[in-house]
Amino acid sequence: MATQEAPAPTGRMAALGAWIDARFPMKKMWDEHAAQYYAPKNFNFWYYFGSLAMFVLALQIVTGIFLTMSYKPSAEEAFGSVEYIMRDVEWGWLLRYLHSTGASAFFIVVYLHMFRALLYGSHRKPRELIWILGVLIYLALMAEAFFGYLLPWGNMSYWGAQVIVSLFGSFPVIGEGLVEWIRGDYFISDITLNRFFALHVVALPLVLIFLVVAHLLALHEVGSNNPDGIEIKKNKGPDGHPLDGVRFHPYYTVKDLFGLGVFLVLFAAVVFFAPEMGGLFLEAPNFEPANPLLTPPHIAPVWYFTPYYAMLRAVPAFAGTQVWGVLVMFAAILVLFFVPWLDRSPVRSIRYRGPIYKTALMLFAATFIMLGYCGLKPAAEPFKTLSVIGTIYYFVFFLAMPWYTRIEKTKPEPARVTK
Amino acid sequence: MSALSRIAAVFALSLAAAANAATAGWPLQDAGTDVGNLASLQRGARNFVNYCLGCHSAKYMRYSQLASDLALTEDELRASLMFTGTRIYDTMDSALSADQGRQWFGNAPPDLSLIARSRGPDYVFTYLRSFYADPSRPTGVNNAVLPGTSMPHVLAHLQGLQQPRFETTTGEDGKDVRHLAGLEPGSVPGDLPAAAFDSFVRDTVAFLEYVSEPHKARRQELGVWVILFLLMFTAFAWFLYKEYWKDVK
Repeated sequence: MATQEAPAPTGRMAALGAWIDARFPMKKMWDEHAAQYYAPKNFNFWYYFGSLAMFVLALQIVTGIFLTMSYKPSAEEAFGSVEYIMRDVEWGWLLRYLHSTGASAFFIVVYLHMFRALLYGSHRKPRELIWILGVLIYLALMAEAFFGYLLPWGNMSYWGAQVIVSLFGSFPVIGEGLVEWIRGDYFISDITLNRFFALHVVALPLVLIFLVVAHLLALHEVGSNNPDGIEIKKNKGPDGHPLDGVRFHPYYTVKDLFGLGVFLVLFAAVVFFAPEMGGLFLEAPNFEPANPLLTPPHIAPVWYFTPYYAMLRAVPAFAGTQVWGVLVMFAAILVLFFVPWLDRSPVRSIRYRGPIYKTALMLFAATFIMLGYCGLKPAAEPFKTLSVIGTIYYFVFFLAMPWYTRIEKTKPEPARVTK
Repeated sequence: MSALSRIAAVFALSLAAAANAATAGWPLQDAGTDVGNLASLQRGARNFVNYCLGCHSAKYMRYSQLASDLALTEDELRASLMFTGTRIYDTMDSALSADQGRQWFGNAPPDLSLIARSRGPDYVFTYLRSFYADPSRPTGVNNAVLPGTSMPHVLAHLQGLQQPRFETTTGEDGKDVRHLAGLEPGSVPGDLPAAAFDSFVRDTVAFLEYVSEPHKARRQELGVWVILFLLMFTAFAWFLYKEYWKDVK
């Protein structure tokens, strides 16, 4: 593809390009989203994770397609077919480890990407829809991961799905029917496995791709935020382009290429030397086939769900039902949608906020990690108390946001971006 | 049972199982295996087909894979390791069917393809060393790691039959609790001295570790080159990035 400075291409390729452009907006799209998309020049470390998330999505789709060629979605054969992939399929072990490590990597980059938004106020007006589409992506990703986790049909797959699906049973009146509707059976069975397979390989990937495209279109419509939280469109040069902006291609494509390299080194270290990641990415009980009669010694969801699992367990049952824990868990996700309106600070970036938001956000990050740790542990002390404290703070951070972001004294924002 | 009580039951079960594991926990010994040691793997393969394969399968492991990874020719493989399969592309199936296993032992002997991954090498190592005489059991033996195991002490003639040492302690509730405190050599010694028996078990566990992930050695070997390549790629990407960005002020 031609960059702006490159001399106008001549010859057959240019003729082909012109032929296509007369029929399809190829150059127009390329310019709008890459060559003529101006992004702030002061992106830092935190701005690598968006492109990395796109890369991991592509990796999951490609490795997933090849895994599907050898995987058998049936209760009889699923476990054996995964071992067949691991042993007999050429490079099958690599495909499988790339896919299983990719699942965890996806959540790592998405969590860091979301934290970036909270750091620099990327969810604030006029980017509310970008944030909301992002939260929807996060939700779809959780569903995708949950359905995918059943497919190896190991004992932890089975019991993890059993526990999580049972959560829906705690809703009064409709609960029992809802759970049967999800499973398609009275227990997790071959039928459940088949529908989870369909959802994992067709339905949710489509939803994810659609949401990612919408997320990017919304981003390119309003333009990227930056670590200073100011609008670069306010200062345009004589050519009509932002003075503090650089063209996404080639500037950010080469920069993201470097970020991708660093990511891949770390990713390969896990894939080739620690694919189980000490039992966090692949759990030991999942190397035993699903057994409805034998519960693993300790059931915990995969690490990326454990903050919510800790919240679920932190809420006591009362009025004869456990539905409150489930509601709290759903509320923890639901509250994310409202963050753009909960934040009332006159500035966006943490650089110009006062000590209250800085403390609140750092404490929030620490709390989220702590909840994740508690969720991995058996429900005993001190993890029970820590889960309760963590859950309370999780909601205080969001629900008290309108108040503590407004009263805080902020620093003046600069007119132009800083280093 | 309502969905609610099912959740509660699942929680309670998992807690009970965790608590059980904590009190019955017999300290696991370090298996000290070396999966890179070809001689150890070959000895382990011999031990496995002689002592385990009669009842336990390794149904995801192919003889042909074994031959190439353990540096054996097809003739060597047939002469010393292939007792049940007829073709070298067969998997390591057991002669014992699951139904026979259930009838004879009360439980079908589990497939051992992945035992070293699901339980860990230390578990298997300690389990195989921790059988002791218990006349109350149908097999005449019990196991400190897996109390009530239905497996007989297949290696008894090598290890000898260990005797349990029980201790009685007074629990917090004032009741006396009798628990297993140690295992001691019995009156009939085994064919192997203690150290030789340990290394016999170690070889067997190393083989099971290999069987649980045959491509592990290749994966790690390849990983070094992949990471070296990626480091170079990243270095070039860094210079490219700096080159493009040198004009951006």
